[in-house]
Amino acid sequence: MNAPVYNFAYLDEQTKRMIRRAILKGIAIPGYQVPFASREMPMPYGWGTGGVQVTAAILGPDDVLKVIDQGSDDTTNAISIRKFFARTAGVATTTATADATVIQTRHRIPEAPLHGGQVLVYQVPIPEPLRFLEPRETETRRMHALGEYGLMHVKLYEDIARFGHIATSYAYPVKVNARYVMDPSPTPKFDNPKMDNCPALQLFGAGREKRIYAIPPYTSVVSLDFEDHPFTRYRFDAPCALCGAGDSYLDEIVTDDQGSRMFVCSDTDYCEGRQAEGHRGSESAAPHKERPHG
Amino acid sequence: MTTVAELPAGFADKVLSAQTTFRSVMDAMARPGSVQRVIAESGAPASLMRGTAAIALTLFDHDTPVWLDPLLSETSDVAKWLKFHTSAPVISDSSISSFAVVGDARALPALDRFAFGSSEYPDRSTTVILQVESLTVGPAFELRGPGIDGTAVLRATLQPADLFERLAVNATLFPRGIDIVLVADDAVVAIPRTTRLVAKGD
Repeated sequence: MNAPVYNFAYLDEQTKRMIRRAILKGIAIPGYQVPFASREMPMPYGWGTGGVQVTAAILGPDDVLKVIDQGSDDTTNAISIRKFFARTAGVATTTATADATVIQTRHRIPEAPLHGGQVLVYQVPIPEPLRFLEPRETETRRMHALGEYGLMHVKLYEDIARFGHIATSYAYPVKVNARYVMDPSPTPKFDNPKMDNCPALQLFGAGREKRIYAIPPYTSVVSLDFEDHPFTRYRFDAPCALCGAGDSYLDEIVTDDQGSRMFVCSDTDYCEGRQAEGHRGSESAAPHKERPHG
Repeated sequence: MTTVAELPAGFADKVLSAQTTFRSVMDAMARPGSVQRVIAESGAPASLMRGTAAIALTLFDHDTPVWLDPLLSETSDVAKWLKFHTSAPVISDSSISSFAVVGDARALPALDRFAFGSSEYPDRSTTVILQVESLTVGPAFELRGPGIDGTAVLRATLQPADLFERLAVNATLFPRGIDIVLVADDAVVAIPRTTRLVAKGD
């Protein structure tokens, strides 16, 4: 047998040290993007290589890991990353938000409130909120240094001029600790208020762009807006078709080619938990649960 | 003259000891003022506390120039131990160090002797590891800032007595600044550059 033998949690110790130092600096300077020497991971860019490296650097054998992809515990990306760490670190995994100590997420914050013993790790594609406004890294870096964020307000203003309201619905820019403007990764703006004063530590890893940043617990995170156009959350105006929740973020699911659709919770753990408690929606015979074939 | 064979040992289990130590330091940094414990066991030269030794073994390597204060560089024991276990270069110019280890906190040099980072790269600053007498008894320091729900009270016996007054420079310079890690035996408290002193009591 020549099965490859990996270090605990895949990454070598020197890489972990380098990432750990970056995480500490990130926590010390909330919202500032710390450059780090991102490694090639055994998965393509865009599949969460940044988040995976952050998780690998903090994970210990006593941790319980949850991985979500757009709120869902059971999509390909979530399952493969969960299996990756179950195999390389031997950690326990869970889908229950409350039981997890480390939650890696691609773009959503769980509906259940996070607690102080948890770390939320975001997978980030483009960490620089100003990148689409100013392509040069040297310039965006100087803008961050000077706290010069007028351009971002111009962008939001152009939304208002064109559509009558701020049409940015995901990756909605936030200001962290009244200093750095930060891209909260492409989370729906529905989740932005959950970042503010959150008891859990939030870490962000961008593998391709080689940046790590962080929001310490109990830190102010303010979504940028205008006095006459305040920030608003957005959710489809419907209850979840499976659990009837009226407060969760919903996915729209097209059910046929006649224009029928239904709305279900994006957070599968939250939805299943509510169904287990007896909450029912309009489609309570959950269509996603397969019946055994006879 | 100490030979390599006579040097105190490092971590028995490098991987998991480094991981638990890092989590303690990360929790300390994320919750300034809270006392975290380092549970990993390792050998340490006489003048290094076990918390300091564990943090060094966890975070130092060939990429991190380390500055030692006069107490720790009095003999070559600490430098030799660090070089052997971490391969970190021990340098005499504190202004380009990634980490500064201060064994005798009364002799903490002026903070501007360390690196504050630049406005573009505030992360290129020195993290100062300060060995203090106690992080559980002593005068109360009321702190606030990111990571703290309202205010946190740290009871500590620490030198220099005007440490927090000196750290006021962090408020002026932010995002540039110095992050401090206080160590007393196995107890660790971090004071990142965002933490502010609200009040000082007895």
